Amino acid sequence: MSEEQIKNLEAQFNARIERDEKIEPKDWMPEKYRKTHIRQMSQHAHSEIVGMLPEGNWISRAPSLRRKVALLAKVQDEAGHGLYLYSATETLGISREEMYEQLHSGKAKYSSIFNYPTLTWADMGAIGWLVDGAAIINQVPLCNTSYGPYARAMIRVCKEESFHQRQGFEIMMKLANGTSEQKDLAQDALNRWWWPSLMMLGPKDEESIHTEQSMKWKLKRKSNDDLRQQFIDQTVPQADLIGLTIPDPELKWNKERGSYDFGPINWDEFWQVVKGYGPCNKERIKARVGAWKEGEWVRDAAMAYADKQANKNLNKAV
Amino acid sequence: MKKSWPLWEVFVRSKNGLEHRHFGSLHAADAEMALENARDVYTRRNEGVSIWVVESKNITASNPSNNGELFEPAQDKVYRHPTFYKLPDEIKHM
Repeated sequence: MSEEQIKNLEAQFNARIERDEKIEPKDWMPEKYRKTHIRQMSQHAHSEIVGMLPEGNWISRAPSLRRKVALLAKVQDEAGHGLYLYSATETLGISREEMYEQLHSGKAKYSSIFNYPTLTWADMGAIGWLVDGAAIINQVPLCNTSYGPYARAMIRVCKEESFHQRQGFEIMMKLANGTSEQKDLAQDALNRWWWPSLMMLGPKDEESIHTEQSMKWKLKRKSNDDLRQQFIDQTVPQADLIGLTIPDPELKWNKERGSYDFGPINWDEFWQVVKGYGPCNKERIKARVGAWKEGEWVRDAAMAYADKQANKNLNKAV
Repeated sequence: MKKSWPLWEVFVRSKNGLEHRHFGSLHAADAEMALENARDVYTRRNEGVSIWVVESKNITASNPSNNGELFEPAQDKVYRHPTFYKLPDEIKHM
């Protein structure tokens, strides 16, 4: 194709997105669109999969059967979300193996929040309430994104995610209303998860390199700073309601803006964790790679069995 | 070379009386495992009463670049629609 023809196709493509038409896997798309989507969607899938690890840590130690079945169901949902997203990404022409390889080698990123440790049961509450809360804010606008398979996966994910946040908030509420020791646990978890949750919504707008193009492709509908403000405004009253204190001395209602002003975020910490130096980066990838390697003989055995059965049927037919 | 699990497309009937609809895809070693995985991945909240799985390589799909010759001819055949035919006002239902 000549450069002229490609430009023409690109103009038509952009016009389709502007008209709110969806792009489907076999449609023509600019190479950059394909690559950007593979990057974002696979990172999203990786985040779901790695996101199971911090919570998996507490399944066997959940304080009651009610909490245990809920946490199990939540972690199972995350596996499901990872799978929806991986298969949606595969429609762009990358194999599952290649994506795993990128995760395991460290080439692909996942949400930096999962590199923090889960030290107490209250962390299960804080993660559901704050981390899933921030994830929902990020994901809801994506239900309307331009790439059909991604939008469809996000609709399913968002439907399932609201139980995650509620179960987390319920855990926090119960602890906050419990003994002083329990309340301390809840406050301590909020103290540790608050700032990483704010960072989870991404770098400041002026430092976010992908925003402009992503906005055009509806891969992003609101800027990181807008999402962050939305998250803060929505979460502060919830903390007030259960008597917990947001660990930010500069947090203050701004009447004019109709929003909360908040203190500076430690972006050095964010970039450290993104670059692989967070408290649990190594542990997470080790657990993930270990699970993949230890499962290898099972995958091979299943494939060998399937081949054997297929041959048997073939011989019968002859 | 090692063989990886093939890709399957999953179709779910959400309740009797409705058709099976495409829900997504997954990897599985064989049809039986594809059904079991589809149940876990796509019907954790009563989304279905029946599942079909078909290996993706068995689906033949039309190519969007042929959409013109495939679908445009239908656009100017207004006589295929009831509103093309004029009826006297006295006839209320037809």
